[in-house]
Amino acid sequence: MSTETTHIHGEGEVHEEGMTKGRIVKVALILSAITCVEFIIALVLIPHHVWGITYAIANPIYIVLTLFKAFYIVAFFMHLKFEKMGLILAIIVPILFIIGLILVLTNESHHWFDLRI
Amino acid sequence: MSATVSPIDEVKTTPWAGGRSPFNVEYGKMMMWFFLLSDAFTFSSLLISYGALRFSAVTWPGADKIFQSVPGLADHGYPLVFVGIMTFILILSSVTMVLAVEAGHRMARKEVITWMILTVIGGLMFLGCQALEWNHLHGEGFWWSKIPTNVDTLKEFFEGTAASLAAQQTSAHQFANLFFTITGFHGFHVFTGVIINIIITINVLAGTYEKRGSYLMVEKVGLYWHFVDLVWVFVFTFFYLV
Repeated sequence: MSTETTHIHGEGEVHEEGMTKGRIVKVALILSAITCVEFIIALVLIPHHVWGITYAIANPIYIVLTLFKAFYIVAFFMHLKFEKMGLILAIIVPILFIIGLILVLTNESHHWFDLRI
Repeated sequence: MSATVSPIDEVKTTPWAGGRSPFNVEYGKMMMWFFLLSDAFTFSSLLISYGALRFSAVTWPGADKIFQSVPGLADHGYPLVFVGIMTFILILSSVTMVLAVEAGHRMARKEVITWMILTVIGGLMFLGCQALEWNHLHGEGFWWSKIPTNVDTLKEFFEGTAASLAAQQTSAHQFANLFFTITGFHGFHVFTGVIINIIITINVLAGTYEKRGSYLMVEKVGLYWHFVDLVWVFVFTFFYLV
C-alpha cells in the first residue's frame, strides 16, 4: 500500500481514511439527486409557473445547487477533504482570485449595458 | 562530546519546519492539483467572459428554445432532455473512475481494468453526444461567427423579447462563439481525458502498476477526469439552465 492513502497524524498515529464503496454510492446519489432537482425546476416549476417561480428566483437556486455539486465532486471524488490542511488551503484559497474576477466583471458588465441602451 | 543535541541541530518534526512534507502527497499528484487549479482559472475566465457579455446584452437566446432536440428522435419539443442524458453519462463515468481508484487502493487489478474500461466508454459516449449536439446546432445555422440567416428562424430563439433585430443578431453571434468555444474547450478536455484513460488502462493491463506496487497513476488521472466532470457541472448550469 502506498503512503498516499495512509495519513499520518500527530505522533506517528496512522489510520486509513478515504472513499469506501458505500460512500462512493452515497455521493453519486447526492449528485444525481441535485441534478434531478435542477431538472424539475427547469422542466416543471418554471414552465408551469408553480409557486410563482421565475428565472429571477431559479437562477440563484441553480447556482447554489451547482456549488453543492462542485463541493461533493472536489471533496469526495477528488478526495480533497481527506488531504492535509496545507494542500486543501493551497487549492482552495487561490479560488478567491476567481471570485474577484466575477465581482469585477459583473460590475463592469452593468456599465457596458448602460452604454448600449 | 556527549549525545546532547543543541537546539539548532535538532530535527524538527512539525509539518512546516522541514521535518516532513506539509502536503503529504506524492510530487506528481501535487503537480496534478496545481495544474487543475490553473485549468480552473482558464475555464473560469471563459465562463466569466460569457457572464459579462450576457449581463451586458440587451437580449439573449433562450436555452429552452435552442436546446430542445434529441438527435435521432425528435427535432424539437424536448428542452434539456438530451443534455440531461449527457450530464448523467458524465456523472456516471466519474463514479466508475472513483471506483477504479478505490479498487487500486486494494490492488485489485481486475476490478481496476473493469472500471477503467467503463470510464473510457462513458467518456466516448459523452463525446458522441456532444458531436451530435454540435451537428444539430450547425444544421440550424450556428457555428463560430455564424448564425441562422433566416430572420424568422432567428426570432424563434428570442421568443418574448421586444429587442431589435440588430440586438438579436449581436447576441446570437456572441452566444454562438461562446457556446462553441467553451463546450469545445471542455470537449477537448474530455477527449484528452479519454486518451489518458486509455493509456493508463493499457498500463494496468500490462501490469505496470502491479510491478510498481501502487496504483497512484490511476488516482492522478482520476483527478483530471473528475475535474472534467466538475467543469461540466458549471457549463451545464450556465449554458443550459440559467
